[in-house]
Amino acid sequence: MLQSDKSGKRRLKDNLTKAAVYTAAAITAMLTVSLIGYIFVKGIGHISWDFLTSSPSALRGTIGILPNIINTLYIVFASLLITLPIGVGAAIYMNEYAKNKKFIAAIEFTTETLAGIPSIIYGLFGMLFFCQVLSLQTSLIAGALTISLMNMPTIIRTAQEALKTVPESYREGAMGLGATKWVVIKTIVLPASADGIINGCILSVGRAVGESAALLFTAGVGSVIADNVFEAMTRTGASLSVALYVYVFERGEFEIGFAIAAILMIIVIVINMGARATKKRFTKI
Amino acid sequence: MSIITTNNLELYYDNFKALKGITIDIKEKQITALIGPSGCGKSTFLKTLNRMNDVVAGVRVDGEVLYHGENIFAPSVDVTTLRKNVGMVFQKPNPFPMSIYDNVAYGPRLHGNVSRLELNDIVENALVGAGLWNEVKDRLKKSAMGLSGGQQQRLCIARALAVQPDVLLMDEPTSALDPASTIKIEELMATLKEKYTVVIVTHNMQQAARISDKCAFFLLGELVEYDDTEKIFAMPSDKRTEDYITGRFG
Repeated sequence: MLQSDKSGKRRLKDNLTKAAVYTAAAITAMLTVSLIGYIFVKGIGHISWDFLTSSPSALRGTIGILPNIINTLYIVFASLLITLPIGVGAAIYMNEYAKNKKFIAAIEFTTETLAGIPSIIYGLFGMLFFCQVLSLQTSLIAGALTISLMNMPTIIRTAQEALKTVPESYREGAMGLGATKWVVIKTIVLPASADGIINGCILSVGRAVGESAALLFTAGVGSVIADNVFEAMTRTGASLSVALYVYVFERGEFEIGFAIAAILMIIVIVINMGARATKKRFTKI
Repeated sequence: MSIITTNNLELYYDNFKALKGITIDIKEKQITALIGPSGCGKSTFLKTLNRMNDVVAGVRVDGEVLYHGENIFAPSVDVTTLRKNVGMVFQKPNPFPMSIYDNVAYGPRLHGNVSRLELNDIVENALVGAGLWNEVKDRLKKSAMGLSGGQQQRLCIARALAVQPDVLLMDEPTSALDPASTIKIEELMATLKEKYTVVIVTHNMQQAARISDKCAFFLLGELVEYDDTEKIFAMPSDKRTEDYITGRFG
């Protein structure tokens, strides 16, 4: 009574689908693992204490990437310092304050468009505007500003999405206790959306670390360690990605390229782990 | 003694007149229930009493609401202070995503410098007042989100009590709760009125009859009848009230 002549066909279909998605998942995992593995295997041999802690020297003919590591961190943190307050501020405005729907739609449209522009165009703009018009020259600060511009849409979008997920009832509850709008945002809305905002930061850091085209135009290829942050920001400096490009394409040093790639990946992993830890602190309740 | 008096209160959502000339005297340390079918304006009226409607786009208010004789719409009135005195509990329990302790301490921290010890006392008293202390005293630092719906609602009551209001507005506080939790909150209200004035919106007529001293029947933005609860349920003077409480519409 409970038999069907279709059951064999159904089971076959079911199993085929299952096999297909398992395969897809396995391919994805294998690609990631083999890519990372390949880079580490090729690169790890050239990573040494000296390589990590010295500057390149033309006299001795040695290569060190410490200046590039420092430049990368400067650019990442300087650009976060610029994008976070402005981007989150804009998102707060759009989600909590703005009443004019058309204006919000216009901002959303422009940020989406900005997000789709190739990074080399940001580089071109940065070179003309930050380096020349604002006469910042080719410098880390010009590079950081260009990266900030590039990451602004990501931060705005993710922050806005995060703010949208905060239930209206939280805001009502806090206002019912007498909290003003800003206090509600500061004490309830922002902590509750920290998770999403940090996700946006992770994405931005990834892009900043990986960016080469835009930085090649704006921050240049210098590799001298400055005495302090302020001096560093006004000087030209190659980030790791830019250094990778220079070593591989201009000098044909593929091993150095892989070594830098391995370091880059480690930096990204460490920063992401740090961001996750911060997220846990916010969401532990 | 009346604590809140409204005189010819009218409220518009853009061009829609949601409250039509409401004049009412709310008595101190009593429970006043606002009843009526959906969309009759009772929740709107409740939210006007601590100006929670301020933030709704397109809302305009005419007439006056006097709290201890002072018009709450006067330009000199500080909304934060008004809401400290006239607290609110919402339909759906809305604890903040923080610990039980921090939820209750939120208001007191907002309104002024209180020492850690004072704050501990305030939190304990508020939780005792809301009948929740025994259930949560060992887990004050745990997330409020882990409480049951009924406990969450009592936590919200505690949170409102912690700023020492003298009026508590409750917008259908039990409509999202199970019967057992509802009974607990009703019992709690009976003790609350010794210290506080309670105004409650309810869809549940049995609830209004059980707990309230005064009852106001709203229909289509009008206050149809306002009287002692016993009188409203035993012999309403308006035909529409009678129809509503006997279940002819609603």
